[in-house]
Amino acid sequence: MNLDAKIPDGPIEKKWDNHRFELKLVNPANKRKYTIVVVGTGLAGASAAASLAELGYNVISLCIQDSPRRAHSIAAQGGINAAKNYANDGDSIWRLFYDTVKGGDYRAREANVYRLAQVSNAIIDQCVAQGVPFAREYGGTLSNRSFGGAQVSRTFYARGQTGQQLLLGAYGSLMRQVSLGKVKLFPRREMLDLVLVDGHARGVVARNLTTGAMERYTGDAVVLCTGGYGNVFYLSTNANACNVTAAYRAHKRGALFANPCFTQIHPTCIPVTGDHQSKLTLMSESLRNDGRVWVPLKKGETRAARDVPETDRDYYLERRYPSFGNLVPRDVASRAAKAICDEGRGVGASGRAVYLDFSDAIRRLGVEAIREKYGNLFDMYERITDEDPYRQPMRIYPAVHYTMGGLWVDYDLMTTIPGLYCLGEANFSDHGANRLGASALMQGLADGYFILPYTIGGYLAKGGLAKVDTNHASFADAERESTQRIEKMLSVKGKRTVEQIHRDLGMSLWDLCGMGRNKAGLEEALARIPKLREEFWTNVTVTGTPGEFNQVIEKAGRVADYLEFAETMVLDALTRSESCGGHFREESQTPDGEALRDDANFSHAACWEFKGVGVPPALHKEPLTFEHVKPSQRSYK
Amino acid sequence: MSGKGMNLTLKVWRQRSAQAPGGFVTYYAKNISPDMSFLEMLDTVNQDLALRGDDPIAFDHDCREGICGMCSLYINGRAHGPERATTTCQLHMRKFKDGDTITIEPWRAAPFPIVRDLVVDRSAFDRVIAAGGYVSVNVGNAPDGNAVPVPKPDAEKAMDAAACIGCGACVAACKNASAMLFVGAKVSQMALLPQGHPERRERVLSMVRTMDEAGFGNCTNESECEAACPKEISVSNIARLNREYLLALLKD
Repeated sequence: MNLDAKIPDGPIEKKWDNHRFELKLVNPANKRKYTIVVVGTGLAGASAAASLAELGYNVISLCIQDSPRRAHSIAAQGGINAAKNYANDGDSIWRLFYDTVKGGDYRAREANVYRLAQVSNAIIDQCVAQGVPFAREYGGTLSNRSFGGAQVSRTFYARGQTGQQLLLGAYGSLMRQVSLGKVKLFPRREMLDLVLVDGHARGVVARNLTTGAMERYTGDAVVLCTGGYGNVFYLSTNANACNVTAAYRAHKRGALFANPCFTQIHPTCIPVTGDHQSKLTLMSESLRNDGRVWVPLKKGETRAARDVPETDRDYYLERRYPSFGNLVPRDVASRAAKAICDEGRGVGASGRAVYLDFSDAIRRLGVEAIREKYGNLFDMYERITDEDPYRQPMRIYPAVHYTMGGLWVDYDLMTTIPGLYCLGEANFSDHGANRLGASALMQGLADGYFILPYTIGGYLAKGGLAKVDTNHASFADAERESTQRIEKMLSVKGKRTVEQIHRDLGMSLWDLCGMGRNKAGLEEALARIPKLREEFWTNVTVTGTPGEFNQVIEKAGRVADYLEFAETMVLDALTRSESCGGHFREESQTPDGEALRDDANFSHAACWEFKGVGVPPALHKEPLTFEHVKPSQRSYK
Repeated sequence: MSGKGMNLTLKVWRQRSAQAPGGFVTYYAKNISPDMSFLEMLDTVNQDLALRGDDPIAFDHDCREGICGMCSLYINGRAHGPERATTTCQLHMRKFKDGDTITIEPWRAAPFPIVRDLVVDRSAFDRVIAAGGYVSVNVGNAPDGNAVPVPKPDAEKAMDAAACIGCGACVAACKNASAMLFVGAKVSQMALLPQGHPERRERVLSMVRTMDEAGFGNCTNESECEAACPKEISVSNIARLNREYLLALLKD
């Protein structure tokens, strides 16, 4: 397998410019002869579909929700980074690039990250022009705030609803193209397979979730913008419909899956309270701007938080990381919380939580200022926990949030399947082993607005694609396989629900492949997963019929894919015996408990090739070289 | 987990498809934790149904943190249930008492036909947005983000309006099935920001026309929409919609 990232020649500052010049163009009159299938309508999908349509391409847009406006990007709270340096605090494209490569613990591709930083400023301009109501200063200019992993204020935000506002901007642009007839929109559709013709991606098979009918969509290229796989853990901050199916189906058709073990555990989530929970809720990282994290100094503290005097508190992030304090990157903050709780100093009934305390900020700025910045987050916290965070500290604990791993893509965002592109969280490209806060929105929109619209033209302009219609045998085969799979699930008629099996899988992964990972645990996980898969296919109960609105079938198909994908994820974690970013192998740590990389053996993206269910996938490596940001032991002290 | 489990009686609207007849079916939700969300309570009922081989109750949901707008439900005669400014997914069972009977229905409005059980088709909202709920700016055309200053109070008011999650509670709560709060929120956001001004007139005319064609009713100033809105979108946005519409007509 030839893993050519196709990184353009030249100095890093010129690579993208040079490449754009070298890419072949499709002339405006010819663009309307091409159709592109875009799956997903989050920030990456909506922005890609809208931009391609603006250029003149015909776009087919599929989304799993009842409206493209509901894709899970909408839940992103804190903000979006850009290198505008409006704060005049020393930011630059170079610094954003540097922070992102370092934040990812030197496991991302330098050229991609540099381009991301380069286009970041244009994203803000585009969103402002769309009418996104960003926070502003009294003079009318845009406001910025700080986020983890950076010492400059480069995060643009719209209260605690930045993802919502950016997505509604992209959704508006998408709906404009729907009204102009350039985008054909198909909501409540779930992609179940990728269709290849002569080795090229030429369409998808999707289930119409309203009628249950299988449908075929064909185009000259396929773009997957289908998000991350955090729900493999059962409990995560992801929306319920988030899943790995589209990416995994493409993987089974030949796309390599890179770094699946790179999962982000977000430090500030509402802790687990009971078995009934269907999801965990994030409290934005922006809260760490004004909230201070602490636990009692001694084990077994029984006093209420407010009654614990300063002298008996351990502000452990400020103590361990004086220069970044509460704004250390997510992986560092999460691990520190776990370590403190493992010591027995956690708070709350379960002992698996730490305090996030705003009393200092409230004293300093006043309740109203805090309410203006974080009101919606405080309200959400109170609704879920029945506790008032204005009067007592929040209790928080890490939870699965984002997945840096994803389909391998080259510099053009094309997977190893010609004509199959992958954008946003679904690809692996820019965040290495740990994503910095407010960078997911940046990447999704960079990919969709400013990168794919150029690179896809280079592919289409080469020509040579035969006309394909949906009667092609490849479509019929893919559709038959998807139909038979659903029939097989329905025929099991066992005694355990899809939820129960999903939960068993998730709990095993959280225990054995979560914040701390070791060889014995990962091997145990590899022994458990095939048994759970066997249980699914012999003892699951899936009710109803295929030809109707049936949420059990939807969920069952996703869980069936998790039960295969999880094995690859755990194998990746086992194979990568170093620690890096969010991937913490307990065997590989510094004396003070930080992630210890092994650059000699692991400075690569681990890319897995599907070889069959239950058959170990083949490993291919894309070596990573660092010419500009010299790898060092990451320090936030 | 605080408190002990509650036992509840649920009267749930079941309807197999848009064409099929529907009706209420009674279920018993047992040992419900007060810390559960309303949807998690329904999850447990659905688990029991699935284990018995029955079809679970279909309901829309996704983010379960109150922002995607996917969840709905008319609970005891109120859109999103009894708690003010709260989506169904963020409504917690501590707001109910042991022994309560809870009636659960879908949004009921002609422009929102039932898909199954508690699931409705809200694509009419997408059609209204497609009619003009955006700024027509192609990628590549934008000036610097700070080129056009926006007074902070305007930006804040625009954000208040833009907080709409498109759930449809306003329509469900209105006896006329009016969508004017939804439309007013988007028209206001764009009217308050300078970026929205070039298309101000066409936007409001087109969106209102599409709203009418979709079968949404008129506003008769009872403010049920504002009371039901989980994001507390103010009816002042309807007043601004009316002003924008009138001004657009006068300029015609």
